[in-house]
Amino acid sequence: MGPFVYMAEEHNPPLVQVRGLRFARGSRPIFDGVDLDIRRGQVTAIMGPSGTGKTTLLKLIGGQLRPSAGSISVDGQDVHRLGHRALYELRKRMGMLFQSGALLTDLNVYENVAFPLREHTDLPESMIRDLVLMKLEAVGLRGARRLMANELSGGMARRVALARAIALDPMMIMYDEPFTGQDPISMGVLVKLIRSLNDALGLTSIIVSHDVHETAAISDYIYLLSDGRVVAHGTPAELGRSSSDWAQQFMQGLPDGPVPFHYRAAPYADDLLAGREGRG
Amino acid sequence: MMQVRTVEIWVGVFVAAGLAALFMLAMQVSNLTVVGDDQGYTIKARFENISGLKVRSPVTVAGVRVGRVTAIDFDPQTFQAVVSMRIGAAYNQLPLDTSAAVLTSGLVGEKYVGLEPGGDMDVLQDGGEITLTQSTLVLEQMIGKFLFDKAESGKE
Amino acid sequence: MLDWLAQLGRHGLSFFERLGRGHLLLLALLRGVPGLLLRPLLVVQQVYAIGVLSLLIIVVSGVFVGMVLGLQLYNTLVDFGAEASLGPVIALTLVRELGPVVTALLFAGRAGSALTAEIGLMKATEQLSGMEMMAVDPVKRVLAPRFLGGFIAMPLLAAIFSLVGVYGGYFVGVGLLGVDEGSYWSQMQSMVDFDDDVMNGVIKSLVFGVVVTWIAVFEGNDAVPTSEGVSRATTRTVVHSSLAVLGLDFVLTALMFGVD
Repeated sequence: MGPFVYMAEEHNPPLVQVRGLRFARGSRPIFDGVDLDIRRGQVTAIMGPSGTGKTTLLKLIGGQLRPSAGSISVDGQDVHRLGHRALYELRKRMGMLFQSGALLTDLNVYENVAFPLREHTDLPESMIRDLVLMKLEAVGLRGARRLMANELSGGMARRVALARAIALDPMMIMYDEPFTGQDPISMGVLVKLIRSLNDALGLTSIIVSHDVHETAAISDYIYLLSDGRVVAHGTPAELGRSSSDWAQQFMQGLPDGPVPFHYRAAPYADDLLAGREGRG
Repeated sequence: MMQVRTVEIWVGVFVAAGLAALFMLAMQVSNLTVVGDDQGYTIKARFENISGLKVRSPVTVAGVRVGRVTAIDFDPQTFQAVVSMRIGAAYNQLPLDTSAAVLTSGLVGEKYVGLEPGGDMDVLQDGGEITLTQSTLVLEQMIGKFLFDKAESGKE
Repeated sequence: MLDWLAQLGRHGLSFFERLGRGHLLLLALLRGVPGLLLRPLLVVQQVYAIGVLSLLIIVVSGVFVGMVLGLQLYNTLVDFGAEASLGPVIALTLVRELGPVVTALLFAGRAGSALTAEIGLMKATEQLSGMEMMAVDPVKRVLAPRFLGGFIAMPLLAAIFSLVGVYGGYFVGVGLLGVDEGSYWSQMQSMVDFDDDVMNGVIKSLVFGVVVTWIAVFEGNDAVPTSEGVSRATTRTVVHSSLAVLGLDFVLTALMFGVD
């Protein structure tokens, strides 16, 4: 696990604390002792190759999945010891942006953003309208409020989902692969939005991604995950100078390195010969 | 997305149609119209033979259904069947000397009790008993009797 | 041999696991119903999607089933000179059996499959998961209204089916084949009992409504969140709920009419 520095600032403890997290899907371990600190007001990135369970980590933080060992606390509350009601109260203060946007397809953009307000508040319609238009303005889609969810491009859907995620003014937002499959322009828009919303609304953001450059550009702190463990962590600058081969390979996108180009196999020559002998 | 109001109206129409269908099934198709058990009065009649008659079989006057059979008992003293009938409150003008018969609707139809009003000025009260009864016609007995008569007349 | 046994055991275990999940979901659904009284609009929308949109197929099928019954039964009864019994026979067949059962089968095909596909797609596109993260319980917000909507819609559809069928039989029997109109209705009224026949039919359709919507909602919620998984779940909904309806119909019929 490496030397882990517990930066327990007494006056400002981390918003999210993950300790000794273990989680397995069937017999396949996904996390094997992960420790993380997400500091308040910062954009923290969690990065790693595909299939390292980054999305799973967000679902664990949100309490949708239950770890086999270890603990996750959000704002001082142990997520997996909360009752149903308390967990739902906590979730009202968390926003999550799913990769697909997860907009409700039978509602239009306006109603999607209004959805959490209607579900959780008894605000009068005029106030809901003001709030929805405010949030849509923040993501630049006030003009698209009459469109149905399935008429939106992927990038627009994510922005609408972002407006919905901030509708209840949460303390934190979790982004699940926000940049995947975006054209350069909408990617640029999202990168700018995540950072500016974080700073303007005083949020805490967690980004799960494998898009190194975009993510590194806006994050304050980065954790690199591989094989169920944290292999490196630090500010983007620190990781760029990191002596870890693995971190270098990942951050620079090298095809070969500690993560080999070839999947585990018998030596190439043996394989070719075996085929020739076997079939005669 | 459809207007909320349109949806509400359609659902209203649908629920109303469904309830109306249930109501029609009750009134038009089934026998709910004839008699409510709580209103009406009970009379009894004794028969030698009621084979085929059941609880809930209809009771009619001149072909009009006025009530139904509520109980069938056996009197061990007289070896007769005692049939209790619930008659609708609207039909409380049945004379005291009304006669009852167990009849069949059609050749293979169900059995029912047919009442034939007499000429008495007094009417049947709750718990009253019909004394003039005619038992069901048992087909086997009739055929047997018919064949027997034929044979008798053939001999002469 | 041991492999075969192990496989059998695995299938058995997964079957009971699903059964258990299904019952847990049913409990959660029932717990979600009282909250819906405060938000009737959610249920109204589902009654629309489940009931009103199934109305056309139910009415058309009802008319044709009634007309076919009229033709077939007339041809059988006329040999015995009992064509006057056409009314009661059609009415009893519809009210006791065909009304609830055929409606439930059509309901499974039309509304049940749509429910499963809709819920499965919402799951596949992370809409349900997204709701959970917005602190909205999808069981209460999405599944329970659909369950209650099906429960309300099904008996109404069955009643409409039966009534329309009786009129279909009337059209063929009285209109085309010349059965006496008076005896069609009066025989029917004297033979069909409200408590024994009509109410038992209503009870059947209530039971079928619960079972079909329960299966549909469960399959949707339990679907593998891929397009293939959703299509499989939709098929399972139709197959399982049809089998459940037919099996339950036998049990209910035996309970209601078997013992005199």
